[in-house]
Formats: sequence, structure tokens, C-alpha cells
Amino acid sequence: MSFLTFLINGISLGSVYALIALGYTMVYGIAKMLNFAHGDVIMVGAFATYTVCSTLGLSPALGVLAAVVLCTVLGMVIEKVAYKPLRKASSPLAVLITAIGVSYFLQNVALLIFGSNMKSFTSVVPLDSVKFFGGRITISGETIVTILSCIVIMAVLMLFINKTKAGQAMLAVSEDKGAAQLMGINADATITLTFAIGSALAAVAGVLLCSAYPSLTPYTGSMPGIKAFVAAVFGGIGSIPGAFIGGVLLGVIENLTKAYISAQLSDAIVFAVLIVVLLVKPTGLLGRNIQEKV
Amino acid sequence: MKMKKLLSIVAASAMVLSMAGCGNGGSDNAGASTGAAESSSATEAAGTEANGNSSASADGTFKIGGIGPITGAAAIYGTNVRNAAQIAVDEINAAGGVNGYQLELNFQDEHDPEKAVNAYNTLKDWGAQMILGAVTSTPCIAVTEVTKEDNMFQLTPSGSAVDCAKYDNNFRLCFSDPDQGAASAQYIGENNLATKVAVFCDTSNVYSTGIRDSFLAGAESQPFEVVAQLEYTADTNQDFSVQIQQAQEAGADLVFLPMYYEDASRILTQSDAAGYHPSFFSCDGMDGILTVENFDTSLAEGVMLLTPFAADAQDEKTQNFVKAYEDAYGDTPNQFAADGYDCVYAIKAALEASNATPDMSVSDLCEAMKSAMTTISLDGLTGEGMTWNEAGEPSKAPKAVKIENGAYTAM
Repeated sequence: MSFLTFLINGISLGSVYALIALGYTMVYGIAKMLNFAHGDVIMVGAFATYTVCSTLGLSPALGVLAAVVLCTVLGMVIEKVAYKPLRKASSPLAVLITAIGVSYFLQNVALLIFGSNMKSFTSVVPLDSVKFFGGRITISGETIVTILSCIVIMAVLMLFINKTKAGQAMLAVSEDKGAAQLMGINADATITLTFAIGSALAAVAGVLLCSAYPSLTPYTGSMPGIKAFVAAVFGGIGSIPGAFIGGVLLGVIENLTKAYISAQLSDAIVFAVLIVVLLVKPTGLLGRNIQEKV
Repeated sequence: MKMKKLLSIVAASAMVLSMAGCGNGGSDNAGASTGAAESSSATEAAGTEANGNSSASADGTFKIGGIGPITGAAAIYGTNVRNAAQIAVDEINAAGGVNGYQLELNFQDEHDPEKAVNAYNTLKDWGAQMILGAVTSTPCIAVTEVTKEDNMFQLTPSGSAVDCAKYDNNFRLCFSDPDQGAASAQYIGENNLATKVAVFCDTSNVYSTGIRDSFLAGAESQPFEVVAQLEYTADTNQDFSVQIQQAQEAGADLVFLPMYYEDASRILTQSDAAGYHPSFFSCDGMDGILTVENFDTSLAEGVMLLTPFAADAQDEKTQNFVKAYEDAYGDTPNQFAADGYDCVYAIKAALEASNATPDMSVSDLCEAMKSAMTTISLDGLTGEGMTWNEAGEPSKAPKAVKIENGAYTAM
């Protein structure tokens, strides 16, 4: 029975990783850059909801909306201000370092505004815990909502990419940016759109993360951001279903390791699994092997 | 090419990882310094006030130098110690002083180890003959190094880290971190609070592991059983669902939380979500749970914590002290105030036991008080019949409070 609980909690944790990993993987697929500030966008989203719901006392729905809107705008602004000018830089490291800079910038701004004291985040999920098998398994409302949201968002995202023009443009740009531009696709606008969607997902992830693990500091996004990055690489960076599978697997492995092997070693084991996967399949589980022109 | 890219990814993630570590670890300090900047004007005001008091000094008084945070994030601790120590000094002076001499207190601000040592130097220039402080552990450890050099008597009200009483001239009034574990086990056993206990521990934190180890050692002689040991680290302190499930399955009716209140608040919330409602017992790190912004304090209802002082206790000594404090400062004193108050009386007892006079040198005074400390017995706010051993550790009966209706209540 307890195995089932561990598994479900693992899937829930993994769903959050998956939502964050989607942002990493989409941006990597299209802009070929690792947006290390992504984890901190999560934190900004959570603070937006916190401010609207707990400080201003408005409804949770409004809080989530505010987080999504703010993060979407923030993602677009970061892209325009920090990354776009460097897109043509000779070294791909330049934009990576800028991303780390943006990450610090966001953390420190949050530190200035909200201080380092931990805030307790009120869950936006109105559902109560559900009991199964005569109360032997209790699953919290947050867990259920997190898993469901992740599945719905994945489905919508796949539909968007495969069925809409903008989605097809994203695919085309990720396949071959130069050729896509020759075909009349506005690559810059597509990249901006990718950042907007990735950041909106990060906002949702932030709200769900803080609802399940209710504490909020300016550093809240760092660790989940790194784990989600691992999940994205695990599933095959650049692949959207890969991010989903990678995220969920990572959450499940982490939770089962904690339960059956060692709570202290859980992170080490998660990263060891990543290394093994990359050794066996260097592009990740669903990554495609693209020959690079030298 | 591919190899290079992979390498750079790994290197970058390693960088970010290590930075995330720094970020988490340093967050408290960062907060302290931000807070400090905000309230530095308040310090100046407080500083002048304290100096104003001390400028009336004349020869023939015992000069006590106090060190504690009176600005910044931990200001509440230092302010309470300063105010309560001043009350004790005034009481003693009004009653005729110590060995016929008056006491004088000069309290300096501390934020970090450097500032605490600066404060110590300021106090030395002023002529301090003994140190009451520092209030928080890390600055206190820094001060022990310089008082050791000068052989000046030092009594910390609340420096609970082991090294705060490292040298033979250092004493403390509170339990050391690890001693809180044994005291908690004793309290739980003696009051029959549980039969099966689950123990959490942040294995990356010396405060948590120290208490856990001494709790487990102390639990062996107690009538309850430790059924689960649940560990986590600073990197995995968000999701406790697995550990909570394990505690529940082990049938623990009490969960011991030797940790700071941030982690504890998540454990309380997640236990509630998992439908698990045991009793919770914690140490001084839990003090502050009720002040977490936006925390649903009903989740902390019934949580017990080991603490030397509850302002609503009914004994006469506490009542008188709380009244004096409220009259003088318009605020309810916390456990740090009680520690500070008792410190002054411990100093008085040691001075009396050694028949000390203010014209003795700092070093002679230290030697006299050091040996006197192990002979005195003090009935204070934080315990009856307090005694000290040569290592500087106090011995007193543990006390606990319970959170009821969103407030700490004496048990």
C-alpha cells in the first residue's frame, strides 16, 4: 500500500519537474541555449500568486492568472533584453553566462522586495485530501491537481505544436532556423513566443510546486530548476514528450529512492541515473541524434 | 564538438548546483544584512541611549559588557537580552549592589563575527570586566577567541552551539544544542508524552544532527521507543511526503523535530495534507514558527517545544519579571529575555561567592568567577537550582511549552 503512495507522490513531484522541464526543452530546441534563469521564473510566479492571494487577499484564480501573465511578460522581456543581443555572439557560452546572471538578478530582486524570510504559501487548490482503501492511502488534493494539470497541459501543448501555424513554425525553427527564415517564418518572433510559453508553464509549475511544498523564499526555484534541467536532458533535450517522461521518471526515482534506499542519497542516485542514461543513450531517452556539421 | 558541448553542460550545471548551495546557505546572512541596513538608524538611537546610561560610570562599579544583535534580522533576540539584563542590573543596584558595589551594563550591537569582536574591543576600551554574550552562536564563538586571549570571564545567555563554551573562561546559561536532545528525551519520557517516537533529522546541519544524536542516546533510558529515524538534507528539505508516510506506518504517536522552524512548517503542513496528526515535539529552533508570514498557525496547534521560559507561566518570579519588562518596554519578554535576566543574577552569584571587588584585574576576576561558577546554585526564571560544571555547561530541569490558540502556553 505504501508503495502506491510513494509512487503517486513521486508522479506528482515528477509532474512539477516535467512542467518546468518543458520550458527548458522548448527553449533549447529552438534557441539552442540553456536558460538557467528558468528556475527563478518559477519563483517569480510563486511570489506573484503569493502577493495577489495572501497580501492583497484576492481569489486564488486571480493569483494564478497574475502569475501566468507576469511570467509570460517576464520571459519575453528577459529574452529581448538579455539573450537576443547575444544570439549572434561567437561563443555559445556568452548567452549561458548571461542566463546565470539573469538567474542571480531575479533572486536578488526578490530578496530586495520580499526579504530572505521564508513565507508560507497558501495552497491554491481547494480540494481536500482523498482517502482510498479505507483510509490506508491518503492523496492530497494538490497531488491530484498537479498530475491532472500536467497531463492537460502536455496534451494542449502537443496539439498546439502539431496543429497550429505558430506551433509548426516553432518546429520548423528548431529543425533548421536558416531554412525556416527563408520560408518566410519570423524566427525572432517564434523564439519570443517559445519563451512566453515556457515562462507561462513555469508560472503554473511554481504555483503547483509551492502549493504542494508550501514555503517560498527567493531561492525556491533553484533546486527544482536544476532537477527539471536534469529531467529535460534525461528525456532528451529538445523533445517535448521526452521532458514529460524525464520529469515523471525523475520524480518517481527520487521518491522511491528516498523510501527504499536512503533519503540522503536520493539526489546522488538521481544524478547517477542520469549519467548512466547518458552513457547508454547520449541524446537522452527520446532525443534524436542529429549530425552536427563541423 | 558534441563532447565539448556535453562537457560545458555538465560544467555549467555543476556551477549552478554549487551556487544554489551557496544561495540557500547564505540566505539567512543576506537577510540579516538587508535588515541591518534598514534599521541602522534605530541602532544609533539605541546605541546612544546605552552609552548615555554608561557615561555615568564611576570607579568602584562592576562593569558588565553585553554583546548581542540589537539591529537586523535577529534584533529581537539581542533587544530582549539587553532589556532584561538592564532590569536585573537595576534591581540588583536598587537592592544595594554586589558585595557593596554597583553593577553597570554597556550593551553593544553584534551582527556577525567581525562586528561582535569589534563590539568586544569597544567594551574593553570602556573598561568591561566581564562579558554577557554574545547572544547568537556564530558571533559568540568569535568572541570566545578574544576573551580567551584576554582571560576575561564570559557568560553567554543563548549561544547554544557547542563551541560557545569552548574554553574554560566561557560559560553558558542555556542548554547546548546537543543537550537539548537529551533534555527533550527526558521531558517526553517523564511526562509520558509518547510510546512510539519518530525522529527527523537534517543530516546536513550540525544543529539538527547534534540534537538527534543526544536525543537517541537519552531515549535509551526512557520508557518510549524510537520507531523511525527519518533523514533529509538541505537539498531535499521540500518534499517530506515519504518520511511522513514512513512515520505513519511505523505507528509513531509523537514526532520529534530537531530543526529550524522553516523545515518544520513544511513538515506540519504536509503531515496535515497526508492526514497524519501525531503530537510534535521540538527544540528552540521551533521558536518562531508562529511568526512565519502567512503560516496557518492552526497547523502548529498542540506542538510542544523545549524552551526555558514561558511568559504566561503562573509562578511569582515569572509574573514579576514579565510585569517589570512590560512596564519598562511595553512588550512581552521571550526566552532570550529570561536568559539575559538570569545571566546577570548568575554573575552576581559568582561575584558574591568569590568575594570579588571591582579593583581586581580582569584576569584575576575571571579566575575567581570561573571557580565560583561551579559552586553556585541559582534559582532563576529558566530553572530552579541551576548549577554549572567546569566545562561551562548548565544543569537544570528541562521545561517545555505548548502552542495553544496560536500562542506559547506553559505546560
